[in-house]
Amino acid sequence: MIAIVDYGAGNLVSVKKALDWLGQECAITSVPEEVAKAAKIVLPGVGHFASTAALARLGLQSAIADAIGRRIPFLGICVGMQWMFEGSEESRGTCGLGLLQGDCERFPASVKSPHVGWNQLEVAPSSRLLRGIPSSSFVYFTHSYRAPLSDTTVACCEYGGRFSAAVESEHLFGVQFHPEKSGTIGLKMLNNFCAL
Amino acid sequence: MLTKRIIACLDVDGGRVVKGVQFENLRDAGDPAELAKVHSESGADEIVLLDISAANERRATLLETVRRAARQLFIPFTVGGGIRTLEDAAAVFSAGADKISINSAALVDPTVITRIAERFGSQAVVVAIDAKRSEGIVYWEVFTHGGRKPNGRDAIGWAQEAESRGAGEILLTSMDRDGTGAGFDCELTRRVADSVRIPVIASGGAGGAQHFAEVFTEGHADAALAASIFHYGFSRITDLKQQLGAQGIPVRLPC
Repeated sequence: MIAIVDYGAGNLVSVKKALDWLGQECAITSVPEEVAKAAKIVLPGVGHFASTAALARLGLQSAIADAIGRRIPFLGICVGMQWMFEGSEESRGTCGLGLLQGDCERFPASVKSPHVGWNQLEVAPSSRLLRGIPSSSFVYFTHSYRAPLSDTTVACCEYGGRFSAAVESEHLFGVQFHPEKSGTIGLKMLNNFCAL
Repeated sequence: MLTKRIIACLDVDGGRVVKGVQFENLRDAGDPAELAKVHSESGADEIVLLDISAANERRATLLETVRRAARQLFIPFTVGGGIRTLEDAAAVFSAGADKISINSAALVDPTVITRIAERFGSQAVVVAIDAKRSEGIVYWEVFTHGGRKPNGRDAIGWAQEAESRGAGEILLTSMDRDGTGAGFDCELTRRVADSVRIPVIASGGAGGAQHFAEVFTEGHADAALAASIFHYGFSRITDLKQQLGAQGIPVRLPC
């Protein structure tokens, strides 16, 4: 079973719908015990970085950290990916999980923010999450903060400078865009994650 | 490169897609769930469903329509029409919408924008503005209730207030152009797009590819929305995008 973690931030129906479409057994849950039993974990997220503080409050942070320690595949989407880093300029008082180094930052004033719409990926061929996804593929973004490039970056995107559109490190995966809203390309990535 | 979005709009009344000229004389154009899928497959970047009846007894029908359409839609899906409260918005989100569009209710009580944005994120809140060019001095007056009630407010000021209250996008409809096929109101669109930092979706007046090109270049729009031009098969969306691409406008192709 894939656990879609609900921590009160935004709308999780789209992610559930996409996994249902792919024929995957999944459930939206905010119960730490259910997260602990999951074969895979998806952490969606929209809105504000500060909303991830609820993960600790609800006991979900330790359930997720423990599952990650047991090498359970984990996928963070949008703010869910940003939470994998150490923190974000959006909410200095909120710590990320710190699985990846660096802080998320605001877009420069030279471009409109939020970054909303379909933009292109430059894909690292080694990525397992993005297997079969060619460079220049379009995916749907909607965000005001972005993660830095690092050695875990497997896809980057250009908007007011390049940033990490997807990160991957062993069984940890994160995407800044919304695969559940990125048409057949996005469904293919989710299918890759489910097939791990 | 971030592309200009082409958005297909479904105006729905009692569970059927309809489209009128200047908000009247409605014609039946089909099943919303089926049309949403057709538009998505033919290259739409996004689908907007507007319930133009919005009568209370039809809310249940709308939610069922949203649910059916959302099930097979994996591109952004916005739903508007008759959303007045956080609870209305929550019901539409749980039926499968990614964004809600709010119009009259936001003018009555602008704090509803903030309440929905705080719960679901700004990216999920589209403030729809129906504007009509005034006679005499140049300004665009905001209208509510499907274009029936003049509000007195200026569209630019209202767009700025909506942004400051947490709106993630502005859906700007020119009532003068809506349903005419005479082209978008590029001047209105540019004035609003240049006054806010959030994306502006131009709507009303699409009649051909050149109109889209104009509203992206002269109108500074981030996205453009049309309804009837797509429903009656006048224009396949990928054909439109190829024409735009040939003019150097960044579009999502292939899609």
